[in-house]
Amino acid sequence: MMKSKPDEEDYWNSSKFKAFTFDDEDDEFSRLKESKQAVNSIRRLVEEDDDEDDVEKVSWSGEPVGSISWSVRETAASNQRTDREPAFPKINADTPTVSRSHSGYSLSSLFKGKTKTGSFQFSDSLSDSSVRLYAPELRKPKSEYKDYVSDWSPEETVHRMQQGKAVSLEKFRSLQDKLLLLDFSISAHDGNVITAVLIYLKRTLSKEVLFRELESRQTALRHFIHYLTETRDQRLLLELLRALGRTEDIALLQYKEHLSIADENKRRDFLKSCLSLPFSPEDSAHVQDHYTLLERQIIIEATDRQAERGGKVEIFQKFPRRASILNMPLITTLYYCCFYHYTESEGTYSSPLNVRQTFRISEKQFFVTALAARAKLKAWVDVDALFTSRNWLGFTRKKSPLGFHRVVDILQKNSAPTQVLQEYVGLVDDAELRISLAQKHKCHDIIINTYRDLKDRQQLLGYRGKVERGSVEERKINELLDNPQIRWKN
Amino acid sequence: MAHSARRDSPELPDFSLLKRLARDQLIYLLEQLPGKKDLFIEADLMSPLDRIANVSTLKQHEVDKLYKVEYKPVISTSDQLCFLIRPRIQTVKWICDVVNADKAAGKFRRYKLIFTPQKFYACEAVLEEQGIFGDVTTDEWAFYLLPLDDDIISLELPEFFRDNFLAGDQRWVRTAGSTLHLLHSIYGPFSKIYGIGRCSKMAYESWREQVEEGETKARQAEIGNVFLIDRDVDFVTPLCSQVVYEGLVDDIFRIKCGCVEFGPDVTSSDKSMKVMLNSQDKVFNEIRNEHFSNVFGFLSQKARNLQTAYDKRRGMDIKQMKTFVSEELKGLKQEHRLLSLHIGASESIMKKKTKQDFQELLKTEHSLLEGFEIRECISFIEEHINRQVSMIESLRLLCLLSITENGLLPKDYRSLKAQYLQSYGVDHLLTFANLRQLGLLVEQQPGETLTVMESKVGKLVNDKTAGKLTDAFSSLAKKSNFRALSKKLNLVPKSDEEYDLRVPRDMAYIFSGAYIPLSCKLIEQVLERDGWTGLEEVTRLLNGHEFAHSDRAKNDAQRIVLVMFLGGCTFSEISALRFLGRERGYKFIVVTTAITNSSRLIEALLDNHV
Repeated sequence: MMKSKPDEEDYWNSSKFKAFTFDDEDDEFSRLKESKQAVNSIRRLVEEDDDEDDVEKVSWSGEPVGSISWSVRETAASNQRTDREPAFPKINADTPTVSRSHSGYSLSSLFKGKTKTGSFQFSDSLSDSSVRLYAPELRKPKSEYKDYVSDWSPEETVHRMQQGKAVSLEKFRSLQDKLLLLDFSISAHDGNVITAVLIYLKRTLSKEVLFRELESRQTALRHFIHYLTETRDQRLLLELLRALGRTEDIALLQYKEHLSIADENKRRDFLKSCLSLPFSPEDSAHVQDHYTLLERQIIIEATDRQAERGGKVEIFQKFPRRASILNMPLITTLYYCCFYHYTESEGTYSSPLNVRQTFRISEKQFFVTALAARAKLKAWVDVDALFTSRNWLGFTRKKSPLGFHRVVDILQKNSAPTQVLQEYVGLVDDAELRISLAQKHKCHDIIINTYRDLKDRQQLLGYRGKVERGSVEERKINELLDNPQIRWKN
Repeated sequence: MAHSARRDSPELPDFSLLKRLARDQLIYLLEQLPGKKDLFIEADLMSPLDRIANVSTLKQHEVDKLYKVEYKPVISTSDQLCFLIRPRIQTVKWICDVVNADKAAGKFRRYKLIFTPQKFYACEAVLEEQGIFGDVTTDEWAFYLLPLDDDIISLELPEFFRDNFLAGDQRWVRTAGSTLHLLHSIYGPFSKIYGIGRCSKMAYESWREQVEEGETKARQAEIGNVFLIDRDVDFVTPLCSQVVYEGLVDDIFRIKCGCVEFGPDVTSSDKSMKVMLNSQDKVFNEIRNEHFSNVFGFLSQKARNLQTAYDKRRGMDIKQMKTFVSEELKGLKQEHRLLSLHIGASESIMKKKTKQDFQELLKTEHSLLEGFEIRECISFIEEHINRQVSMIESLRLLCLLSITENGLLPKDYRSLKAQYLQSYGVDHLLTFANLRQLGLLVEQQPGETLTVMESKVGKLVNDKTAGKLTDAFSSLAKKSNFRALSKKLNLVPKSDEEYDLRVPRDMAYIFSGAYIPLSCKLIEQVLERDGWTGLEEVTRLLNGHEFAHSDRAKNDAQRIVLVMFLGGCTFSEISALRFLGRERGYKFIVVTTAITNSSRLIEALLDNHV
């Protein structure tokens, strides 16, 4: 489905999507503000009348009093104070007690004898007919079940297991019986039973035989893998995957272990050992990067921590580090290097250029990160240099790997002053976008100049009403409007 | 806002019964362990439990202290411990540690494990292995269904999604079947069941089996038709940004178990506030299904009305004032509170969305849905990644790109993946492996595209042009299932027509008129056709597994339709169904394994942590 350009612009400008904008403080938003004011003006009124707030107590005072989450938190708090305090602090006493007859009948009368089917029936004390129709199945605890009759066929056994009834699997000793049991459980689609059978097979079959049989039973295989994952039986899981020849899964599974190693040096060494794992060529490069990055972070962290403690390096004094750089993503590391080590020569580990080169960071990515870091430091000269200096990255002033509206966004998020913003807003190509950005950031000059260039007298007139009376801007607009040389289009 | 519902719209069944059943059964189980006891509750069971019982209920049944399961040593001094847990191996292992530590210390206690909604053999196997089988008693609390609202019932099982679709573990199939069985026994018998998806089919069969095992009595049916749908039939819908109010609130503040916590920025005070969001909240009830752009207008109208109502006090004499205070004031105060909360929330939503270029994000999503300007979309996503904007959001957009385009071109896949790992950590290799396994983020297989042609042209011209050419070729050559489906079912309305979000004409309004959710469209079509006839091409594209069974003659509850989402559904989908219901005179009841949204869906698949 290819569309031509004008088509597409029509599309986005059609009223269909205009109806809803999150972008500017349009009428809807101000309407909302008005309504808020209206409501707030009433608030005082309401609160002074607030004499009986009994209704609100439960639903509006944060956690409902007497709720379970609330109480658990209370227990936790009281345990911190002392072990032996009353379990339920005061407020509980005030809570109106809900009598057990809340649901209309007592429980002991509710569950009477046991019927043949093993479920309980509601006693006649229940008048509500719809309640009587459903009886929750309440069994005796399994441990009390002594009825180990065991002449069930594999199919019957699976069936009984599905119903949670006691069975014994010990009688299924031949491989054929075991597999019948497994296959019936699979066709019953009950994962709980499939896993139960697999646990039995795991106990009673050699790995070789079990793995071989699982290979042709994908459903059972996935259950088994999930079971081993949940019980954290890493060793057996790896053996299984090896037997199946799933090398990439093996590599990922082993790589995953690094997450549970807290010590950074041990983690680095572990990652090094991962380099020989059978990853896909692509993933292999990523894991290599992971190792290289951590290795480097350890060096940078050690040096910088010392520098920070020494108190001699100005930047660390002015902007103390909030967290360690260890185990941060690459881009965060690059940002960190652009922040603390911007001017370092390419030879050091912490030099942004060195990081960029080692990890093959794209031009755009590098640019975005450096821009954000220098803007955060309010190093506007560096920011400017990113766009201008030819021998730096080779950009000319007119070109940036990132749209200028994005540049403005990044600068604005780092609270750049209007003069700085203005410079970049002016570089936004699209006139409409430029005006809306300029309006957002109060860059009057740009708006005035753009309207002038568009020869849009009406807009300029309109804008005059928005600037301050007697300001430089107003004077400028007046001069333009009086200028006989401009051929206005309207 | 006040959509005139069709006159013949039927009434919803009363689901509070489900809560009562669950509570009574829990009490019964607690009574099975007489005497004072401390109760340990699995963290994610606390909110559901709060909805059906409170502390005094538990206290009446001799629960002394309440603790959250935190996998730490137990400090309780009680000689009876009761554990209310999900059937998870990790939790059971922790309990084994607790019991074994007591044994080693020579401490004697009684232990009871209550699994909900059911126990698994694998958990009992852990008890056996750890040598405490027999030292503890176990039970099941069949707390399957938690009504979150008049028309929403949740199983509160978010893990259903990952277990079933990523791991391929069918442990919850029977649970889903039992859920249906429970609903069938109370509100059935159902007259017709439709469904699509592997898991739905299995759940259906499991339910049939359970029906045959038990006896069914004839009664007045309160639910007529049932539709089962797997989440993996439609991944596009939950991956889109939500723009109806309730969905937005969920995306931004996260609604948990029907309750949301509004921070100080919303409450304009110094403390947070937990608020129940359901049809009881009159203000919320009127805006929950509205496109966000309509919400402001509604709220300001309300604010004005409220002002007028208050203004009536002026010039009242004592007697009138008395009546006013006793009859109207309370309602007004309540409404005032609700109104200021929702205004605060809307304001906070606006602020957050303005900050993050929401407009451009939506534009990208809409382009992806429509399948044009893909190159621009890719650069947008790339920039998102480069600037380290939300890790989840970047992944969400990548997945949306992959599904709508039927996979990424190999060179795009590699480059985007590399940049993603650079920005958010190489650990995400594991996340990418998961996404590939699920088919959410994949590389196009060679042969699907004109790769030879592409590489030849690529040698002749520079990279950027090659990208554009590739786009042109691939859009001709490959067939994306989503595109084909979208065309077949008219999911993307024509863009040149105006779409008035105030007067929605179809379900597309929930996505600003840009896309009709596939899941809901399927439901609409099947109900309309009374089956899958005529949708053969659609089901083929969706990989089949569709079914339709008539159970018995039509009943009086034909227009009450229960839709069960296996793997989660979004608030936007619920809004779309409510809309459909109003249009066609249905009442939908949504049963879901959990409420989901794009963040929850992606988070369930992350693997960059232990």
